[in-house]
Amino acid sequence: MSTTVVQPASLETPWSLPYKGLVGMLCLIAAESSIFTIFVVAYIFYIGKSLTGPTPREMLEVPIFATVCLLSSSLTIHAAVAALRKGNLAMFRLLWFVTLALGAIFLFKTGNEWQHLIYEKNFTISTNLFGTTYYSLVGLHAFHVTVGLVGLLIVLLLALPGRVRQEHTHNVDTFALYWHFVDAVWVIVFTVVYIVGR
Amino acid sequence: MSTESIALTGVREPSRAFSDVLTSWITTVDHKRLGILYILFALLFLVIGGIEATIMRIQLIVPLNHFVSPQTFNRMFTMHGTTMIFFVAMPILFGFANYLVPLMVGARDMAFPRLNALSFWLTAFGGLFLYFSFVGANGLYGAGGPPDVGWFAYAPLTSKAFSVGHSTDFWTLSLIVSGFGSIGTAINIVATILCMRCPGMTLGKMPLLAWLNLVMAGMVLVVVSPLTAAQLMLSIDRFLGGHFFDTQAGGSAVLWMHFFWFFGHPEVYILVIPAFAFMSEIVPVFSRRPIFGYPIMVAATVGIAFVSMTVWAHHMFTVGMSAYGNTFFVVTTMIVSIPTGIKIFNWLGTMWGGKLIFKTPMLFCIAFLFQFLVAGLTGIMLGAAPFTWQLSASYFVVAHFHYVIVGAILFAIFGAFYYWFPKMSGRMYNETLGKLHFWLFVLGFHFTFDFMHIPGLLGMPRRIYTYEPGRGWDTWNFIVTIGTIIQAIAILIFVGNLLYSLLKGKLAGSDPWDAWTLEWSVASPPPEYNFAKIPVVRSRRPLWDIKHPEDPDWKYE
Repeated sequence: MSTTVVQPASLETPWSLPYKGLVGMLCLIAAESSIFTIFVVAYIFYIGKSLTGPTPREMLEVPIFATVCLLSSSLTIHAAVAALRKGNLAMFRLLWFVTLALGAIFLFKTGNEWQHLIYEKNFTISTNLFGTTYYSLVGLHAFHVTVGLVGLLIVLLLALPGRVRQEHTHNVDTFALYWHFVDAVWVIVFTVVYIVGR
Repeated sequence: MSTESIALTGVREPSRAFSDVLTSWITTVDHKRLGILYILFALLFLVIGGIEATIMRIQLIVPLNHFVSPQTFNRMFTMHGTTMIFFVAMPILFGFANYLVPLMVGARDMAFPRLNALSFWLTAFGGLFLYFSFVGANGLYGAGGPPDVGWFAYAPLTSKAFSVGHSTDFWTLSLIVSGFGSIGTAINIVATILCMRCPGMTLGKMPLLAWLNLVMAGMVLVVVSPLTAAQLMLSIDRFLGGHFFDTQAGGSAVLWMHFFWFFGHPEVYILVIPAFAFMSEIVPVFSRRPIFGYPIMVAATVGIAFVSMTVWAHHMFTVGMSAYGNTFFVVTTMIVSIPTGIKIFNWLGTMWGGKLIFKTPMLFCIAFLFQFLVAGLTGIMLGAAPFTWQLSASYFVVAHFHYVIVGAILFAIFGAFYYWFPKMSGRMYNETLGKLHFWLFVLGFHFTFDFMHIPGLLGMPRRIYTYEPGRGWDTWNFIVTIGTIIQAIAILIFVGNLLYSLLKGKLAGSDPWDAWTLEWSVASPPPEYNFAKIPVVRSRRPLWDIKHPEDPDWKYE
């Protein structure tokens, strides 16, 4: 009596399947993209539909520095993963820290912008339709940046005592995918809010 | 060569204290136990949702009835719809997917077992939270109670002015929470199917159930998330004073409709595609033939998934879209009927020339074929914009979508229950009670939903609290309510059969149906690790290959 359904020897080709972390992350990104799509659609649909002021042009300034920081953090995290893949742990830690710092600067600048709008210009989420869509969309993105920063920090805290090694490249790479996604979403949010909507 | 040998370790666990058993179920990450938890949770809510439906039907049995107050009636139809879609249909189908997908693709568990447990408990919490509104929604205002805004909660009904207290907040928050549960399960199903298949099981050799659940899970990712997004916007409006759906500040009530139905219509396909999956497993086994047109079935499913995301505004023909908008959504709606028709012909093609065995699961599948066809035909009628202008928000619409959800989806779920009950419990169900359940349910179903079309055609609006005599609706409403009672009796027989068979049913053995997919190769119920040794497959029907080594499938595929 055999103990397997079919003898393993009967398989002609080698068997390999995609890494489940990668597939899971891509699925999560698909779901998150749908959420962002709905918020972006609402933003575009409501451009210019506010019945009362203020208008985007009166309120918003284009956040060039923050954008440069966030987008370059995509490059540094890519380089960090590449360093880890080669086993260069010191370089990995350095670049990972730079990524974290760039992301933190972005979040700080967003906080600054909001503080300025709320406390000095008295512009809040309930002021008008523009306020509602602006704070929701930018806030949703900032929330994702915050989650990303927490993730980056956890990896950094594990990496400092040397607990993240070359064999973890797969996992770290999967997380980097999320960070790239957050950056890519910013390109869309930036375009919609600060260029088209303004 | 025996198929049972691969996991027959059959050691019975010694009986343990109740608290230990309870702890082991609450902390479990095993996909089979979570699947069963999903199913039990859904059955509980099925009974609750059924009671709500019965209350509505008793209210409508005669004209000018005052069985419940108008306020209670509004709450009943809101809770009935929300419960049945989000806390019965979705969890029950996720439960079956959870239980069956790893077994069918030859894996030991889902890709992310702990995420799986989290998803279940999020869904369960969402359901309990929704029902907590019965006692908790009064808030500080002393107004409220369970939500009463209808299951699609159109703006501005959900604004603070028209929905005082926290009833709508309970509705919104519970759907956000259970929505995250759905997304987690969907991620798990996709990752399991793509990354955990046993050696030899290429995508073209997967059981159709796995294929269809893959498509379903993909749809959940893309269309349940927009509902979550829309609910977040509604929460921003209600808690933070936002203006997304506030028409007084330039917001749009129609935008909510678009967002809701962009979820709402594909949701029907999220529910019906797993029903198709059950059909595609049960019909071949009870016809003793392999499925007819496997690649076409897969292609049709993927086609349905894509087209179904372009049809949502056929729920909105009466809100005044442009002629181009109307035409577009009429055409896409008509197109859906092509891949669905292909599927019906494929199941018929499987049965054609087969040796049909009329056990209970097969009876439910045959009823599915007939009823799904009728539901599709009334769907085509409603898909024509001028017809909807006449009959939108009438009982004809109610009859149509219940024909889909009860006549097709619930019938397929019952078929699946009887088919996989021996696998999950290790015991056979009682065939006589099963057949009694089937015939009573068919009778009750047709009494209720066939005759519900007619008052709709005669102009009876949906969600109406009561009506005056002499409009020609009286007799039909009476018959419809009688049908509901027959269905309720049938469900009681079903539950009784489950409980009786669980305790007294005769042992099923690993393969009572002489079936062909991998779940039947392990013991019933399967051991925690599923497969003692990971199987290797060469065709779509691995157990056929073992049972018929002289004529295996892989020679022909």
